[in-house]
Amino acid sequence: MSTISGAQALIRALEHEGVEVAFGVPGGAILPAYDPLLDSPIRHVLARHEQGAGHMAEGYAWATGRVGVCIATSGPGATNLVTPLADALMDSVPIVAITGQVPTSAVGNDAFQEAYTTGITMPATKHNYFVTNVAEIPDVVHEAFHIAGTGRPGPVLIDLPKDILNATTSWRAPTELALPGYKPTVEGHPLRVREAIEMIARAERPVLYVGGGIVKANAAEELRRLAELTATPVTTTLMARGVFPDSHPLALGMPGMHGTYTAITAIQKCDVLVSIGVRFDDRVTGNPAHFAPHAKVVHIDVDPAEIGKVRVPEVPIVGDAGAVMRQMIEAWGERETPDHSAWIDVIRAWQRDHPLRYEQTPDGPLKPQFVVEELHRITGGDAILVAGVGQHQMWTSQFWGFEDPRRWINSGGLGTMGFAVPAAIGAKAGKPDELVYAIDGDGCFQMTSQELITAATEHIPVKIGVMNNGVHGMVTQWQRLFYQRRFSGSQLGNAVDYVRLAEAMGCVGLKAETPDEVAPAIEKSLAIDDRPVVVEFVVDPEEMVFPMVPAGGSNDEVILGPSQTVISPASDLP
Amino acid sequence: MNHTLSVLVEDKPGVLARVSSLLARRGFNIHSLAVGPSHEEGMSKMTIVVEAPELEQVKKQLHKLINVVKITELDPALAIEREIVMVRVNAPAGRRSDVLEIAAIFKAVAVDVGHNTICFLVAGEPGKINDLLELVRPYGIVDLVKSGRVALARDVKGKQPRLRAVN
Repeated sequence: MSTISGAQALIRALEHEGVEVAFGVPGGAILPAYDPLLDSPIRHVLARHEQGAGHMAEGYAWATGRVGVCIATSGPGATNLVTPLADALMDSVPIVAITGQVPTSAVGNDAFQEAYTTGITMPATKHNYFVTNVAEIPDVVHEAFHIAGTGRPGPVLIDLPKDILNATTSWRAPTELALPGYKPTVEGHPLRVREAIEMIARAERPVLYVGGGIVKANAAEELRRLAELTATPVTTTLMARGVFPDSHPLALGMPGMHGTYTAITAIQKCDVLVSIGVRFDDRVTGNPAHFAPHAKVVHIDVDPAEIGKVRVPEVPIVGDAGAVMRQMIEAWGERETPDHSAWIDVIRAWQRDHPLRYEQTPDGPLKPQFVVEELHRITGGDAILVAGVGQHQMWTSQFWGFEDPRRWINSGGLGTMGFAVPAAIGAKAGKPDELVYAIDGDGCFQMTSQELITAATEHIPVKIGVMNNGVHGMVTQWQRLFYQRRFSGSQLGNAVDYVRLAEAMGCVGLKAETPDEVAPAIEKSLAIDDRPVVVEFVVDPEEMVFPMVPAGGSNDEVILGPSQTVISPASDLP
Repeated sequence: MNHTLSVLVEDKPGVLARVSSLLARRGFNIHSLAVGPSHEEGMSKMTIVVEAPELEQVKKQLHKLINVVKITELDPALAIEREIVMVRVNAPAGRRSDVLEIAAIFKAVAVDVGHNTICFLVAGEPGKINDLLELVRPYGIVDLVKSGRVALARDVKGKQPRLRAVN
């Protein structure tokens, strides 16, 4: 057996897992690993900030369904990964982070670029490792990828002291996994599945409430069959947009704080809530005591801890969303599809009376919703869409017509501003033949725009549409509604020339300030494929996201417009 | 309300930190935690007394830790629970016999003697420990250390007549 270094074992272990690309920033402690990386078929993308590398790994994982990989050095390199790790944990994104560490003899002594990485990232990861035996490297890497990519996916960190990377070992292919404490459930309990089907069959006003778990399980097809078989309308959360086509007659739109009136109200009025791959997040439920007050709940999730955490279901089922839906479809058997036309009629009335609305006049200020719709029209909706966090994120989720899964990437649970640019780069690296278009806010853009240097240098031609309203939009909206228009610390100003900034970073910069400039700018951005493109859209800072259910509010009280009209739909049902 | 959990974990570095960090993060108060190697190779057993209105979420969240293998909620009626206390009590000449009498009632053993104090070791059910401390308190407790509760499930099987617990 030939002798190799821990570093060589690490790179070989990554190759063994089928890793094709890693996003990272080198440094002293991780330097030994970078040498064999140079000769490896694994592509290394040099990010400009480790946070960027982490979000790139996330964007890659979202777009491809594979485990994303990021690499950082010890100390500040590792601490810069905390935000993407916490983000991946909240949104269940499978990534493996490799961090360098000071030599074992120096650990705990406040050495140069030392941080207690495993301690700091313990609550921010699904699991983490501190490797003290070089011979363990192949098994640790194999285990890390297994944990990251199975069950409820999540981030796993491997901390590698420099002396371990430099130590010698021989390659031993990973052995069988020894994880007595980790056995995710795949198949749902057959009796519970039958109970769920019987409940759905007897329902008069059922709703399918589906989330990110459907994406992770790659179960869009099963969802469609189940919905059509049982004639159940479907609402897709922010994390699941696209797992059910928005154009489908059974599609209700997004639920929650900024969801459609129809989706919010359908849940409030339903008698059976079939919840799959969701976690009853507070942005969806509002005050949980007032959420879906008339519903019996079926809750299907791969993570048993989510079941009963917010809402105790009548039928709990632990299992993989795809596997359980297949069981359900089989258990439904030859039953006739129910006639829910009365329920659908009520839903159609809501859709007709309270659609999403905005007003774009030909010479008025440019409305962000108009930009989203124009982009959708011109691309035919055929793009992987990435967003940051804030108003622009909500408008994009509301107004883009999603048809397919894994075509929408955003930060939901942690809500990390600055997510869009690096995540778009990661997505494009994983799907180079697809159009990847990010819609970002100017506040978010200013946080991570430097990663466009990475995109330009690495020839990853993403397109970024910056909704520039000169403010932190969502904060400004809240200050307008709840703080008497006292705009404290939320006004970014207009110091930045985004076109020149883009060009300074090696990208093409474009700008649209009026409604008639939008389509030409978009078309021009689509015609360029050899460099990243930034399109600045100067949009109306007064525009607000509606509908809105304020935090902690009841979903029975939906604010529909700027005049703060509260609609309470008590009389809507026959 | 206090609940006792017996948790079997893999004996790997950092497992204690993972468990206590998780309980803190989820807002569960740890009343006591005792851990040591179990009889199974590579495994440790933790006895955790948690203050929580109910235990479902505590158990489910603990199960998410990769190194946690098995969690048993111990019903006090179906478990043997013990604590160990070492307490140093004021016992100057002339008062020594009072203190020793109280200790004898509770089967506490003198493990150290000073000129003016005696240090007792006592193991027993949590209630018994508290009673002893109550009775020696008037004499003056100079120092005290509690081990934290350890507990094992009783050997009660199905339809066999339930044997009385040994005290």
